Amino acid sequence: MLNLLWLVPTFPLAGFLLLALCGLPKRLAAWVGVGSVGIAALLTLGIAVEFLGMPASEQVFRQTLWQWMSSGDFTATFALYLDPLALVMMCIITGIGFLIHLYSVGYMDEDPAFSRFFAYMNLFVAAMLVLVLGDNLVLLYLGWEGVGLCSYLLIGFWYDSPENGYAARKAFIVTRIGDTSMAIGLFLLFMHLGTLDIQQLMQSAGDNWAQGSLLPTLAAALLLGGALGKSAQLPLQTWLPDAMAGPTPISALIHAATMVTAGVYLIARTHELFMLAPEVLFVVAVIGVLTLLISGFTALVQTDIKRILAFSTMSQLGYMFLALGVGAWSAAIFHLMTHAFFKALLFLASGAVIICMHHEQDIFKMGGLRKRLPVSFWSFVIGGLALAALPLTSGYYSKHEILGATHVFARSGDTLWAVAVLGALITGIYTSRLIFVVFFGADKTHADESSIGLNIKLPLIILCVLSLFGGLIHVPLDRVFPLQQVLPHLAGTANALTIAAPFVGILIAYLFFYGKPELSEKVAANSLGKMLQRFWFSGWGFDWLYQKLLVNPLMWLVRANKKDVVDSFYHLIAWLIRLLHRLLSMSQTGRVQWYAAGIALGVVVIVGLGVWRQHLWF
Amino acid sequence: MISIPVEHGLLLATILFCLGLLGVLVRRNIIFVLMSMEIMFNAVGLAFITGGSRWQQADGQVMFMLVLTLAAAEVAVGLALVLQLYKKFKTVDIDVVSDMKG
Repeated sequence: MLNLLWLVPTFPLAGFLLLALCGLPKRLAAWVGVGSVGIAALLTLGIAVEFLGMPASEQVFRQTLWQWMSSGDFTATFALYLDPLALVMMCIITGIGFLIHLYSVGYMDEDPAFSRFFAYMNLFVAAMLVLVLGDNLVLLYLGWEGVGLCSYLLIGFWYDSPENGYAARKAFIVTRIGDTSMAIGLFLLFMHLGTLDIQQLMQSAGDNWAQGSLLPTLAAALLLGGALGKSAQLPLQTWLPDAMAGPTPISALIHAATMVTAGVYLIARTHELFMLAPEVLFVVAVIGVLTLLISGFTALVQTDIKRILAFSTMSQLGYMFLALGVGAWSAAIFHLMTHAFFKALLFLASGAVIICMHHEQDIFKMGGLRKRLPVSFWSFVIGGLALAALPLTSGYYSKHEILGATHVFARSGDTLWAVAVLGALITGIYTSRLIFVVFFGADKTHADESSIGLNIKLPLIILCVLSLFGGLIHVPLDRVFPLQQVLPHLAGTANALTIAAPFVGILIAYLFFYGKPELSEKVAANSLGKMLQRFWFSGWGFDWLYQKLLVNPLMWLVRANKKDVVDSFYHLIAWLIRLLHRLLSMSQTGRVQWYAAGIALGVVVIVGLGVWRQHLWF
Repeated sequence: MISIPVEHGLLLATILFCLGLLGVLVRRNIIFVLMSMEIMFNAVGLAFITGGSRWQQADGQVMFMLVLTLAAAEVAVGLALVLQLYKKFKTVDIDVVSDMKG
């Protein structure tokens, strides 16, 4: 079964080729699109069963498919590497991916570009699988760019409207900044260690580099740049909210469950390198904490249902980065998994709401949908509970592990913990605000769930189960992260505070958005509240700052150079030659006698020159 | 035999050549231009003859024969062109045919 590993990315890729090259009819396109990922998911299941059945010490599998490139000392093989970490990612990608594909059949039903959508989705799944299964960093980078491309294509899927194209370009360019940094990191690693095979690389980094010295710090910082771009962390986070311009299944698959977690995966995969650079690791933790707080506050005041979820995704990714930063690798991957469950659920549920509301996304135009959309309502409640990390839901286990590890972290761990708990409180507020505003209160619409079929409801129900009980899945990552300390359990006040935070958040939201709505209006009405609201609504002004700091100067340069300064030199040459040409053609009078005079004069000059030079030199 | 100094011969050739050239450059009647060219040919021929007699070589006279043939050929072609020109433009003014200006 393990030998079939190569088939897992191959099926979605074949699906992509089939859908992209042959114009299949819609029904067949759905079968190919969903089927290819379904087969990949089944294969993954079989592989997982066999793999986990092996003794823990043997849980590594490598499959070399072919030599990809070879130049001088540099070789890159097309090889897949399976260990528990890759297996977890693979299960998430194919499993959640399959559910979202199934859902998309219903969601994209009336879209004219149905098969193009599935072609892109299949390509994405293939690229993401290459990313997590890649045996060397070059292959990982191939997948990394592949998912970036698919993200671009799918954000701009409805390319008729210019804003979508703008959002797609923004996502592509902002992540490209991080990718460039990562590519430089790869060059640096290869230059100093002579290999890009991940396992060899980690081994030789540990052998050759001292902890905290310059080179590992630099290399880790460059790789971190790539991770920040992909995972939408400070300061490269601005693309994710705009990425919501794409269809909702895309937001669920790419911008919540899988692609944006690639940064977390990258750091976990190269954690030996990051451990050699404790400074960088601390920066990871700080960035995580800052991002989770900033995007939490931003999510509090958004009005677009998908943007709220986008900011909450950034916030949850912040938790994962925090976990990586404090060295709780397995907790980060655990949270990655549970987050994939409940955030995919929330996005798909929001997609269902959006369909039923005829593509209305403003939560204040919804209201009282609890009775009208029961499936969406319960999905939202369960997803929300898991997102807020109430006890016994999946999000609770993973977030609790992260907060526990943060609390005992040696380096200002209690400050990080306090901020993260504040973040958990805010998570509670914005999650329940969303639910209260959309599903409770006055009935404002006539929506019903008649337009969504079983292929939409079934993924929601499965994800509901996973979101509730996914925390019980034991992820066998101990051998992948042998250096990780045993994660402690919180005790006493810290434990109580950690558990209480989301409850307090929900209580506050209940008070402001359900019990006494006039209270929130009062806060929003006073000048400080208004200012804060505007500031938070704009995502802490990052877009504004980047516009002023980077985009405008660049546009100024572009405008200044509109006539192309470099070209003016060549224009000068052309101008000179044209001038000469005009002078010469002026001498062409057509009068033979002038020509004869010219010849005579020329002869005189040449003879004269000869005579004169003879006098001069001889 | 009275020998003429070579300088005299060359000087005469030069004067004749310059007169011919001047004629080619300033006359507007194409017949006169052709005649001036004949003068230039003969000036060159004279220079060859002078050279030949100075070094007692037959080469100068051989070259003069060549120049003579050339002149005859030139006149034949030239006069034919003049006739065509006259038929077309009803004039022998050389400035009339300046269609080839740039």
